[in-house]
Amino acid sequence: MSEKILITGNEAIAEAAIQAGARFYAGYPITPQNEIPAYMAKRMPEVGGVFIQSESELAAISMVMGAAACGFRALTSSSSPGISLKQEGISYIAGAELPAVIVNIMRAGPGLGNIWPAQSDYFQATKGGGHGDYHNIVLAPASVQEAFDLTQFAFELADKYRNPVMVLGDGLLGQMMEPILVPRSSFLVPREESKQSTKHEAQSTKTWALTGCKDRKPNLVASFRMREGDLEKLNQHLQEKYQEIEGKEQGFEALDIADANTIIVAYGTMARIAKGAIKTLRAKNIKVGLIRPITLWPFPKDIFDRVKGQGLRVKFLAVEMSYGQMVEDVRLAVGSEYMVEFLGRSGGGIPSEEEIAYSVERIADRKTKRYPLNAKR
Amino acid sequence: MPKITIDRERCKGCQLCVIYCPKGLIKPESRLNKKGIQPVMFLEGAAAKRRGAASGSNCTGCKFCALICPDGAVEVYR
Amino acid sequence: MDKIFTKPKSLRDIPTHYCPGCGHGVAHRLVCEVVDELDIREKVIGVTPIGCAVIAYDYWEFDCCEAAHGRALAVATGIKRMRPHNLVFTYQGDGDLAAIGTAETIHAANRGENLTVIFINNAVYGMTGGQMAPTTLLEQKTATTPLGRCAKLEGYPLKISELLSCLPGVYSIERVSTDSPAKVLSAKKAIKQAFINQMEGKGFSLVEILSACPTYLGLKPIDSVKWMAETMTKEFPLGKIK
Repeated sequence: MSEKILITGNEAIAEAAIQAGARFYAGYPITPQNEIPAYMAKRMPEVGGVFIQSESELAAISMVMGAAACGFRALTSSSSPGISLKQEGISYIAGAELPAVIVNIMRAGPGLGNIWPAQSDYFQATKGGGHGDYHNIVLAPASVQEAFDLTQFAFELADKYRNPVMVLGDGLLGQMMEPILVPRSSFLVPREESKQSTKHEAQSTKTWALTGCKDRKPNLVASFRMREGDLEKLNQHLQEKYQEIEGKEQGFEALDIADANTIIVAYGTMARIAKGAIKTLRAKNIKVGLIRPITLWPFPKDIFDRVKGQGLRVKFLAVEMSYGQMVEDVRLAVGSEYMVEFLGRSGGGIPSEEEIAYSVERIADRKTKRYPLNAKR
Repeated sequence: MPKITIDRERCKGCQLCVIYCPKGLIKPESRLNKKGIQPVMFLEGAAAKRRGAASGSNCTGCKFCALICPDGAVEVYR
Repeated sequence: MDKIFTKPKSLRDIPTHYCPGCGHGVAHRLVCEVVDELDIREKVIGVTPIGCAVIAYDYWEFDCCEAAHGRALAVATGIKRMRPHNLVFTYQGDGDLAAIGTAETIHAANRGENLTVIFINNAVYGMTGGQMAPTTLLEQKTATTPLGRCAKLEGYPLKISELLSCLPGVYSIERVSTDSPAKVLSAKKAIKQAFINQMEGKGFSLVEILSACPTYLGLKPIDSVKWMAETMTKEFPLGKIK
């Protein structure tokens, strides 16, 4: 049984977290994700959880670290400049191998930039972002429904791998209202029941959690490894974990790629706009398809291998609301023998269906590699 | 009679106990410990007299030395 | 003959990495003595700082969590809110609590978080090599104030305890010292009270412990405690602040 509701992306993410059993939220206001803390302020007390408006993003992520260290599902949310601040704590959480979810509703940068939607945090989300050799698992929803579903999935992945997971959307997705299907029990989780589930969650299988060392040896949550060889051991362990994740968790959507001459690669909101362009182009008999990475890290390399395995003389067009970040992973995934063009705008502008269609047509018969591709403005 | 024991391998030779012993019964040892640090020692009986402690000075078990010791090297018996 | 003084059980039986005469050893022991006396070892969760005491958890026989530099009180907030029945304390140096973590400190205090804070003030940065701390005294020479701290350039020693005492969320603040056996005893009393406050749900309690760093004061241990008693306590007077 499920019900259909109309909800914004931000609120869908917040409710999904509650339903996934998250009982701790700390965050600092920043546009365009303010609906998340506001929703949590109202909702967390209803389910016996904790909401804290922290003094800064630095504090928020550290509070999440504390709650996660106790074995509870915990999250924070922010937007690009705030995520830059959270990188400190994310690195510690990755090093201490704690599960935590970080929601990033991206806006345009660099610096203060502005509050328009953008995808310019691809690097700081997927490449580590903070100091040290670590990765966040990064999930990129393209609709409000997916924002809801992937947020719940994020908690599962976080627990499974004891790793920070970032839900990466943009201002458009956060602010947009769409009808979604949610379990019927949503919004009605009774207080007592949720309290029990909280207890259960905290006790469950997280034997490493800080609970007080009753009837066991003391637990320690830390990333510090000073003794010779210890940090290398930790890092090798992390790398093995990342390899496992890369092998098992790649997520993507592929559309019309079987006969495509040109494949657009785009994620999140950008992919939805690309789908509009594909419709127009297909009507003109131009063979174009789409690969939409749903996990940005691990980047879904395997689907590119499959495309290459077909031996097609296919060209790729990476489209982003940034100036060429994901395109680097596309180039790495397809190798130098394939043409990878790029179309991107950020800072207020978003590549339109027309711009994408125009770019696809322009590269359709191009023989040599050449980029960047100047789109019609 | 009260007395103390000093773990000479644990002692880091800061000598805080030396200045706070009201009876002057703790003095630096002449031998170094395994870490190459000059630890302190507790003086009893004739040794105390030889090293200049006032005659009749005996340990009272006041624990000053143990309280000030940063390294938990002192145990006190009474 | 009875053993009337030995190490507390919560303090692991391993030598510390601290320099000779360092006050951390005494402060670590006092925390453990209090934990043992209140019989809370199985309930306590410590949050350790960045600084010389970063591996304090190696010496403590109870659950601990690391925090990024300055964020101990944010981490502790997350822990305490989710585990209100556990006893949560932070152990932080002056750089951690009063410089890089000032915001976390003030806001945890202002929220009246039911936490115990052990604040080690030794007027200098130890782990990084003797640089100026927020609590470095005027004219005190450090690696980054080679001519002595000058008010015009580096400002004044930050009295964070006095600052925090203005906040209505704060329940209790006391400044103690470890420069003599008698003061060590009163330091322990203050720490014990700060834990009892938390057990009774009274709110934010902080104990500022003046502590010696002979290495970076450039003094012998025996001279550094004299310096504390004669000079440092003039700037940081002992006693109950709130």
